Amino acid sequence: MANSQLNSGNPRVDIEYRRKKSAEEMRHHVVSFALMIFLTLIAFAAVAIKGFSAWFIVPFILLLAVVQVIFQLYYFMHMSHKGHEAPSMFLYSGVLVGAVTILAFSTIIWW
Amino acid sequence: MSTYAQKKGFGATLWDYLTTVDHKKIAILYLIAGGFFFVVGGLEAVFIRIQLAVPNNDFVSAGLFNEIITMHGTTMIFLAAMPLVFAFMNAVMPLQIGARDVAFPFVNALGFWLFFFGGVFLNLSWFFDGAPDAGWTSYASLAMASKGHGVDFYVLGLQISGIGTLIGGINFLVTIINMRAPGMTYMRMPLFTWSTFVTSALILFAFPPLTVGLVLMMFDRMFGSNFFEASMGGNTVIWEHLFWIFGHPEVYILVLPAFGIFSEIFAMFSRKRLFGYSSMVFATVLIGFLGFMVWAHHMFTTGLGPVANAIFAVATMAIGVPTGIKIFNWLLTMWGGSVKFTTPMHYAVAFIPSFVAGGVTGVMLAAAAADYQYHDTYFVVAHFHYVIVGGVVFAILAGTHLYWPKMFGTMLNETLGKITFWLFFIGFHMTFFIQHFLGLWGMPRRVFTYLPGQGFETSNLISSLGAVFMSLGVIVLLYNVIMTSVKNERVGNDPWGDGRTLEWSLPSPPPFYNFKQLPLVRGLDAYWLEKMEGKKGMTPAEPLGDIHMPNASFLPFVIAFGLFVAAFGALFNMDDKAWSVPVIIIGLLITFGAMFLRSVKDDHGFHIHKEELMEDDNDKGVKA
Repeated sequence: MANSQLNSGNPRVDIEYRRKKSAEEMRHHVVSFALMIFLTLIAFAAVAIKGFSAWFIVPFILLLAVVQVIFQLYYFMHMSHKGHEAPSMFLYSGVLVGAVTILAFSTIIWW
Repeated sequence: MSTYAQKKGFGATLWDYLTTVDHKKIAILYLIAGGFFFVVGGLEAVFIRIQLAVPNNDFVSAGLFNEIITMHGTTMIFLAAMPLVFAFMNAVMPLQIGARDVAFPFVNALGFWLFFFGGVFLNLSWFFDGAPDAGWTSYASLAMASKGHGVDFYVLGLQISGIGTLIGGINFLVTIINMRAPGMTYMRMPLFTWSTFVTSALILFAFPPLTVGLVLMMFDRMFGSNFFEASMGGNTVIWEHLFWIFGHPEVYILVLPAFGIFSEIFAMFSRKRLFGYSSMVFATVLIGFLGFMVWAHHMFTTGLGPVANAIFAVATMAIGVPTGIKIFNWLLTMWGGSVKFTTPMHYAVAFIPSFVAGGVTGVMLAAAAADYQYHDTYFVVAHFHYVIVGGVVFAILAGTHLYWPKMFGTMLNETLGKITFWLFFIGFHMTFFIQHFLGLWGMPRRVFTYLPGQGFETSNLISSLGAVFMSLGVIVLLYNVIMTSVKNERVGNDPWGDGRTLEWSLPSPPPFYNFKQLPLVRGLDAYWLEKMEGKKGMTPAEPLGDIHMPNASFLPFVIAFGLFVAAFGALFNMDDKAWSVPVIIIGLLITFGAMFLRSVKDDHGFHIHKEELMEDDNDKGVKA
């Protein structure tokens, strides 16, 4: 896969290019890490601050969680790189099947 | 280790198969085990037809009849059709993509043994006060009320064999994504490989819901939880949803490989490239996706409400479109081709009208309003037997004849093959065509008998006579297999003379490392391309080098056997037997001990050296 070549033993790789790529990667990591900390703080704040009903807080925190998962997958687990088409296809298919199931269970089953 | 074939005694051969991690031998194991369960399920079917042949029959009692129909359905779907399909996937798919084995050979063996012990466990229920009797769908309202241990055998047995199927499916996915030979792009993969790929994806997504459902039912029966107990705030409809979220994709898990086998047969014996290859791939993937959006059409009469029923009805009818694309592509593959009517081609040609009949009644059943009339009648029985026998079983029988030389190195007798075909074909239509009318006249399914004077007598007798023909067909096939094995006339690489895909470029059966040098794939129907340019075999894509192979291992058998033992303990724990808890613990210790051993023991496999490959008969041609 494309991301495994960053420190290959091949002497012909362009060190300058690699270094620049790594620096850019590092910047993405730091930015998304900061954002994830920030989102976590917001989630805690939503519960700590009085005045929001549970009907707002629960979906709100779930939404933040989804955003964090996307950050995790794309910036830390390299799904933004090339060569991850098959894993992303299976991830999204799985999400779709799961979502349809949840939708059905919450709408057409009598509880 | 030498690659020369040596004459081995029975014990050595048995040990070889118990420890094998070779996909070709695992395929043979799947074929034998699946074939055995096919005969068991077939016998159950014969008992059903004997009981229903005349009104007021007392061949079996009502309770035993319920056990027989339950075990017939469960055995045929989980223990016969799926493993037989897996047999062909294992035997052919790695060869078709130019791989030396599947991605995880050890896991492949583990998958087989889990399936096998799960299946044996389920069938042992006959010898321990009664088989499951709540139908193959095991609807919770019936299953919870079922006395004895039948349903517990169902739950635990399917759980174990389900794990085997799931890891088998994941293994195929990884193999197809990562192990294609140089030049084998996705859009050059043979259709059987494509259908294996989509089927494995369906297994990956469909089996977890079944696992969850079975766990909930196990807790309800073993530990007194109340997931499905309405009086305690549970809901039996949850089981129906979980089961059919699995169960509908399961239908496609069975039928897509059948489509794949037929696609190979049509192209081979019409001596033409498959018509509309890319639309075939597209249709296969689309059927896979839509397969997850339609499960509630099994539950129209449950009371989901008109909106849900309408949505699922429309989604169901939509599946007819990609299936129709496939049917027309097969017809147009034959059109203008130089068709050769071999035994597999007989099945393929007969499959089209038979399966279309099943598809048309499927669309009739998909109309939710009309389904209230058809529901739980023999019309439904006729429909799904047309789809599963006319589609899946025809494909399995066709595949048996087609791939027999590749798996065993000898051809099944063509004359006997055609006799099998005609007996089975006539018997199949005789048994099930009349059942459409029985259903429309009002005969309910799953009843153990009926009264005289209701107009059901003649039709049921005809149906039972059809079953005789089908049984004769299977007996002729078994005779054919025995005679062929006794004669054992060896055949070459391409015994049909019309092979198009990579597996026919190899000796029959292929050497255990499959490809001496990985082949270079230059297009769809790679072997056919080379033949048309006058070459004898594939152009190699790599210089000859050492081949890394996995070691055989007995651990997969032990891991699966441990779960089998633990399942017995779990089952009798419900009777408060004192020995049951130790049995559970011993079983789990066997399983986890074997897994631990596998984890800590370094097993790097072995290498077949270049020199050995070169001296290993030279007519296969080693090229620089």
